[in-house]
Amino acid sequence: MAHTLIEKIIGNKVGHEVKPGDIVTADVDWCMIDDIMVPFAVQKFEEMGFTKVWDPDKVVLIYDHFLPATQTDDSRHFREGDAFAEKYGLKNVHRTDGICHQLMTEAGYVKPGDIAFGTDSHTVTYGCVGAFSTGIGYTEMAGILGTGQLWMKVPESIKVVVDGVLPSNVTSKDVILRIIGDLTASGATYQSLEFSGSTIDAMSVASRMTMSNMAVEAGAKCGVFAPDEKTCEYCNIPYDDSIKALRADADAVYSRELHYNAEELVPVMACPSLVDNIKPVSEVAGTKVDQVFLGSCTNGRLEDLQTAAAILKGKHIAPYLKMIVTPASRKIYREALADGTLEILSDAGAIITTPGCGLCCGRGGGILSDDEVVVATNNRNFLGRMGTSKVKIYLASPATAAATAIAGVITEA
Amino acid sequence: MGKIFRFDKDVDTDQIIASQYLLFPTIDEMKTHTFESLNSEFAAQVQPGDFVVADENFGCGSSREQAPSVLKALGVKAVIAKSFARIFYRNSINIGMPVIVSKELYDAVADGDSMELDLERGVITANGREFSCTKLPAQMQAILDQGGLIASLNKED
Repeated sequence: MAHTLIEKIIGNKVGHEVKPGDIVTADVDWCMIDDIMVPFAVQKFEEMGFTKVWDPDKVVLIYDHFLPATQTDDSRHFREGDAFAEKYGLKNVHRTDGICHQLMTEAGYVKPGDIAFGTDSHTVTYGCVGAFSTGIGYTEMAGILGTGQLWMKVPESIKVVVDGVLPSNVTSKDVILRIIGDLTASGATYQSLEFSGSTIDAMSVASRMTMSNMAVEAGAKCGVFAPDEKTCEYCNIPYDDSIKALRADADAVYSRELHYNAEELVPVMACPSLVDNIKPVSEVAGTKVDQVFLGSCTNGRLEDLQTAAAILKGKHIAPYLKMIVTPASRKIYREALADGTLEILSDAGAIITTPGCGLCCGRGGGILSDDEVVVATNNRNFLGRMGTSKVKIYLASPATAAATAIAGVITEA
Repeated sequence: MGKIFRFDKDVDTDQIIASQYLLFPTIDEMKTHTFESLNSEFAAQVQPGDFVVADENFGCGSSREQAPSVLKALGVKAVIAKSFARIFYRNSINIGMPVIVSKELYDAVADGDSMELDLERGVITANGREFSCTKLPAQMQAILDQGGLIASLNKED
C-alpha cells in the first residue's frame, strides 16, 4: 500500500502500516512545555496521581513567553517549573536560551521521524525536519508526562507542490501565506500538509521552518517536509537509508493537491484581522505604519535578520516608526552579532530585544493602541493580539517588513 | 432549555480568553474575561446550562486549554459549531465538555434563542425543529463519558 509522508512517520513509530482515520497510540519521543503552561501541566500531573515522569530526559521545559518578566506574577511560572524539574529530575530546562520552537530542533532534540508534542500550537514547526509534531493542551501533556504515550488519529494529507525559482523579493513566508489564503483558516483542519517540489528542495531548513510553523494557521495538524541532506546537516545526523525512506510514495493518496509555479508568486500580506485575508503587498501599499516587528518562531532566524539587514544597510527607518527586532534564540542573536547584522539593524534605528515570545503574543513589550498599524513577521494577526482590538496587524515577510520600515508605509521590497 | 450565545466563524482562542489573563492562577479568576473582545457582557450574562453556537472553525489558534476551561467554568453546557479547530476539540473532550458538530444549527438560530440538547440521542431542539449532531469517535466518547481525561486515566489504574 502506498503511503504519504505522515503515514510513514507514524507507521514507523507504531510498528505497522497505518492509513488515514486509524486511531493509534504512539510512544512519544519528545515533549515540550512552555512557561505559560508549566503550572497547569504540573497541577494536572499531580491530580492524575503520577509519582514519576516516564522519562525525564525526553521532557524539555522552555521559558520564553514571559521572559523577561513584565508582570509581578510571571516569575511564579519559572519557580514552579524549576521546582518540578528538581523534584522529577528533568535536566532539559532552557531558562533564557530562546523561543521553544526554535530550540527544539536547534538544541538537538527533535530529529527526522520523531514524534513530539508541545503545549503550544506552533509545535507543528518541527515538521521542517520531517518529524510529526503538534500542539496539545496541558491535561494531555500531563498524561504523556506520566505514561509516555498519546493516542492520535492518523490524518489525511494535502499535497502542496511548489516548483521553480522564487522571485528575489518573494520568501517562504509569502509562499505559506499564499497557501493559507487558498486553503482558508480551516481548510486543512485535522490534516497533514505535505510540502514538496523544486522550490522546496532549494529552500534552507530555516525557510522550511517558517512554512511548517504556519501550517496550523490553516487548521493543519502538522506541516511536514521529507528530510534531505540539508536537514541531516542541520540535525547533525548521517543522511542514511533510514532517512531516505522518509518520503511519500509516488502513488500515495491525498485528500487534495495544490500546485504553484514559484515564478508567478508575489510578496503578500495577511491583512487585518484574519490569517487567511491574503492580499498582494502592492494592493495595500501606501498604508501608514506605526511599528514593524521582525522576529518570532516564524521569522526570527539568522537568514531573516540578514534579509532585513541587506535592505536596511546604510538607511534609516521612518522617523515616526518603531522597529523591534527579536532574534529567535541566543545562538541566532550571537551569530547576528558576530556577522554585523545586528549592527546594521541598530544603525538603521531598530530596537533589538532578547529572544522570546512576548512581542508576538502582545504579552511583553511593543503593545499598540487603537487604530495603530503594525507590520509583523510573526504568525497571527488575531484581533487584540498585539494591543487593543482596534490595532491593525499585517503579517509579512522580513523583506516586506524591512522595506516598510524605511518608507514608513506598506512597501513592496 | 438553555440560551444560545451565537458567534461567527474563525473565533480564535485569544478571543475566548486573551493571553494577558493566562497568568491568573485559577480558571475561576480568568473566566470573567471570557469572550471579552467580542462580547464584554458575555461572562456576566451567561447562565449555567446555556450554549455557545458558532460557525466554522471554532477555537482556532493557540493550544490553550484555558479556552474550553473558562467556558466550562461559566457553566456552558456544550459548544455546537459547524466545525472545530483540532486542539480546542481535543482539549474540550479532555476536560469533559461536550463539543458537537452540527452543520445546520448555526444558520437556523439567532443570538438569544433557546435550545435543548439530548446528548444520548444526539439531537438538538431549537425553534420547533430537531437537528441531529455528529457522533464523537469512540475513543473520545469514552473519555467524555468518564468525565474527562483525568477521570479516564484514574479509572485505567
